Amino acid sequence: MTITEKILCHHTDLKEIHPGMLINARVDIALGNDITAPIAITEFRKAGGLKVFDRDKVVLIPDHFTPNKDIDSAQQCKFIREFAREQGLTHYYDVGEVGIEHALLPEQGIVLPGDLVIGADSHTCTYGALGAFATGVGSTDLAAAMMTGEVWFRVPETIKIVFSGKMKKWVSGKDLILYIIGSIGVDGALYKTMEFTGDTIRQLSMADRLTIANMVIEAGAKNGIFIPDDITTAYVAERAKRPYSFYDSDHDAQYADVINIDVGNIEPQVAFPHIPSNVRGISQVGDVKIDQVVIGSCTNGRIEDLRVAAGILKKKKAALHVRLIIVPATQGIYKQALQEGLIETFIDAHAAVSTPTCGACLGGHMGVLADGEKAVSTTNRNFIGRMGHTGSEVYLASPAIAAASAVLGRIAGPEEL
Amino acid sequence: MKLRGKVWKFGDNVDTDAIIAARYLVSSDPAFLAAHCMEDVDPEFVKKISVGDIIVAGDNFGCGSSREHAPIAIKTAGISCVVAKGFARIFYRNAFNIGLPIFESRDLWDMVSKGQEIEVDGDNGSIRILNSDRAPLHIEPIPPFMQQLVSDGGLMKHIAKKRA
Repeated sequence: MTITEKILCHHTDLKEIHPGMLINARVDIALGNDITAPIAITEFRKAGGLKVFDRDKVVLIPDHFTPNKDIDSAQQCKFIREFAREQGLTHYYDVGEVGIEHALLPEQGIVLPGDLVIGADSHTCTYGALGAFATGVGSTDLAAAMMTGEVWFRVPETIKIVFSGKMKKWVSGKDLILYIIGSIGVDGALYKTMEFTGDTIRQLSMADRLTIANMVIEAGAKNGIFIPDDITTAYVAERAKRPYSFYDSDHDAQYADVINIDVGNIEPQVAFPHIPSNVRGISQVGDVKIDQVVIGSCTNGRIEDLRVAAGILKKKKAALHVRLIIVPATQGIYKQALQEGLIETFIDAHAAVSTPTCGACLGGHMGVLADGEKAVSTTNRNFIGRMGHTGSEVYLASPAIAAASAVLGRIAGPEEL
Repeated sequence: MKLRGKVWKFGDNVDTDAIIAARYLVSSDPAFLAAHCMEDVDPEFVKKISVGDIIVAGDNFGCGSSREHAPIAIKTAGISCVVAKGFARIFYRNAFNIGLPIFESRDLWDMVSKGQEIEVDGDNGSIRILNSDRAPLHIEPIPPFMQQLVSDGGLMKHIAKKRA
């Protein structure tokens, strides 16, 4: 069996499972946010739910429109806050402690290797970086899991993606996942698992792995997953407060497809509007003037991302007409960036540094685009109107490309500085 | 289940931001969401459709976010079902879970135009294009497990029934 099949199997009473089977599986963590949890709570109550199945395993994170952007979002947050208090949820984090959910849960050791995690947020797939099975679901699925501690799945087939070779300077996990999405398309892994392996992966930092797993949904995948190793151990050992398990794929595991990629040929990637698969290498971008740069999000708001950005922005300033917005993904990352002097570098570069929030990424608040404006963003989606007006454009890239673009006022790599 | 309505056509990769933009996710009121359904693709969409109309789309319909607000907006706007070449997986789950019927057909898209009337028969697995000589199209029946969800009235009612 593959690692994904083993994790799913261990959360049922079955001895073996195979792709195509419909199973009911026990969940270790069920997650909701301020947009998706209100519907889940309403459905939970409508179905007669009184107590969640386990108050340590239902996690609510108000991160999208927080700090509340308007009265309606304040009402939604109040609704879930009251539910979290009533249920005595262990993992509820409000403004001041909250971070972007998919950065916060791994950081706090709430999700661990071998876990089965569902979240009413499509980027729940991020936790596959730890060697967990994690997938996005809707609010009603969350409601059902809150009630029963179980969720149904069709066991997915797996595509194995083997990265080998040495990455060029300025190439990051973001570039690898954009490259793959560009190669297989936004439904290239529809309903399937993307299992990442190979020499390159074994040397890849946890931050880069989290970025790669985060965007598998942009290829339509059910989950992305990495085989846990020493890097995983180093990351989780100091964070875990409960036991966890490492799984591996068997040598005779069955794969729907195997894709081999030599990363030595990959240059930094940029996804042009209005679909994440519309990628070009940085050398093929041409002259694209920009109005805004956003560095942050569940994709690229970790300390490693901020260090790369600060290294490029040091003693430089954002171009006169460019608004630079930097969003550390959690309070822990914010504090560390402060201690390392990164925040001072950002402010000296004329960046606005924000408290953790998903706001800018989905055109909610903290950096909404006007008609005709162009943004380079380290986020994950560039659909029409994603970050604001339907006449605006979003270009997805790594923190290095975003920082260099902010200084130059057009999409460019750090080598041009 | 027989569903008859006028066709509204959309292309490949209709994403959930297109179905219901994130700026409207400050509410989960179905009527509010329905009023803004498909607004960024066609601002007049909700005004133009009639109850029972059918969305016919290309590949990967509903890609992107997990927001259940998307199928809720479509259903509450009065659309009776969506027939697409394929669906993104979270949208697929969500549609069944909230009781919006969806069907996969690789062939229908090329055979119908906007405004044509079609009849989708969910029981025997066929689609008829009305006022045309075309033979009915076969559609894959819904998997038995999903049929159980639908016949119980959605996921939460299915669970309530199992617990009773």
